[in-house]
Amino acid sequence: MPAEPSILLRRVFPVPPDAIEEAGKASTEVRRLLRGMGAEPEVVRRAGIVCFEGEMNIALYTKGGRIVLVVREDRVELLFSDRGPGIADIDLVKQPGYSTAPDWARELGFGAGMGIPNMEKNSDEFHIFSRVGQGTVIRATIYRRRDDLGRSGKEA
Amino acid sequence: MTLGEVAKRLELKGLVLPDPGRQVRWGFCSDLLSDALAHAGEGDLWLTHQRHLNVVAVAKLTGVAGVVCVRGLAPSPEVLSRARAEGVAFLLSRQDTFELAGRLFRLLQGEA
Ligand SMILES: Nc1ncnc2c1ncn2[C@@H]1O[C@H](COP(=O)(O)OP(=O)(O)O)[C@@H](O)[C@H]1O
Ligand SMILES: [Mg+2]
Repeated sequence: MPAEPSILLRRVFPVPPDAIEEAGKASTEVRRLLRGMGAEPEVVRRAGIVCFEGEMNIALYTKGGRIVLVVREDRVELLFSDRGPGIADIDLVKQPGYSTAPDWARELGFGAGMGIPNMEKNSDEFHIFSRVGQGTVIRATIYRRRDDLGRSGKEA
Repeated sequence: MTLGEVAKRLELKGLVLPDPGRQVRWGFCSDLLSDALAHAGEGDLWLTHQRHLNVVAVAKLTGVAGVVCVRGLAPSPEVLSRARAEGVAFLLSRQDTFELAGRLFRLLQGEA
């Protein structure tokens, strides 16, 4: 079996529950780190959007969790994990427009039911694993452009 | 057209204006953050009623040329200072979204 391309960077961002105003920090930091590594603007844009939506969902709907950013030569991986309540029907939450956001969050512009669809659209690989009562893990992978392979670490 | 020029023509007040020379490509109207993340384009001027901290993050993520707060609904000093720190332009209009978008459309249409 071929070895996974080595890890260039790994960072963990804790996401506390309910801290909506704080949420957005991880995505800002992910953008900054990726840009600093010379990732192409399109990869930075997609990773930032995926991270923001995942971060908001952890803050809004869960008892808290964390985001792990892993950058490899050929891809960016974002792993979101939380302490529950879990997702009973994964096909349902993937549907555009489905949302259980409370009214106060809707007034702030959340609850379009487009967060998970946005995450999926901006990822090359996207998986949701969930166990009701325990929690959810989402893995999003974004591949870097072919001609950029092995050139990370350089300023774009 | 530059952000500074658009601001002048549409009588927008610059609350945070880090780069008046930034090009405005087109406009975008939405109060839904996920909608903005999915559809606001790089260089768009984003007209919205939202004015909380997450708007700064969304503006940064989408690369919009600036955020225009409509109907005179200005953000708090805290939001503006975050915007300043992140280099995100915030402008204020007395008009509502419909009227302002109409004027912006006419202004930019000639250029496209
Ligand atoms: N980590 C999660 N744990 C439990 N439920 C979640 C999680 N993320 C999303 N959901 C559920 O999926 C729904 C759809 O999420 P999303 O597509 O981001 O839209 P929105 O956040 O606008 O509701 C949410 O309203 C919520 O019910
Ligand atoms: Mg969401």
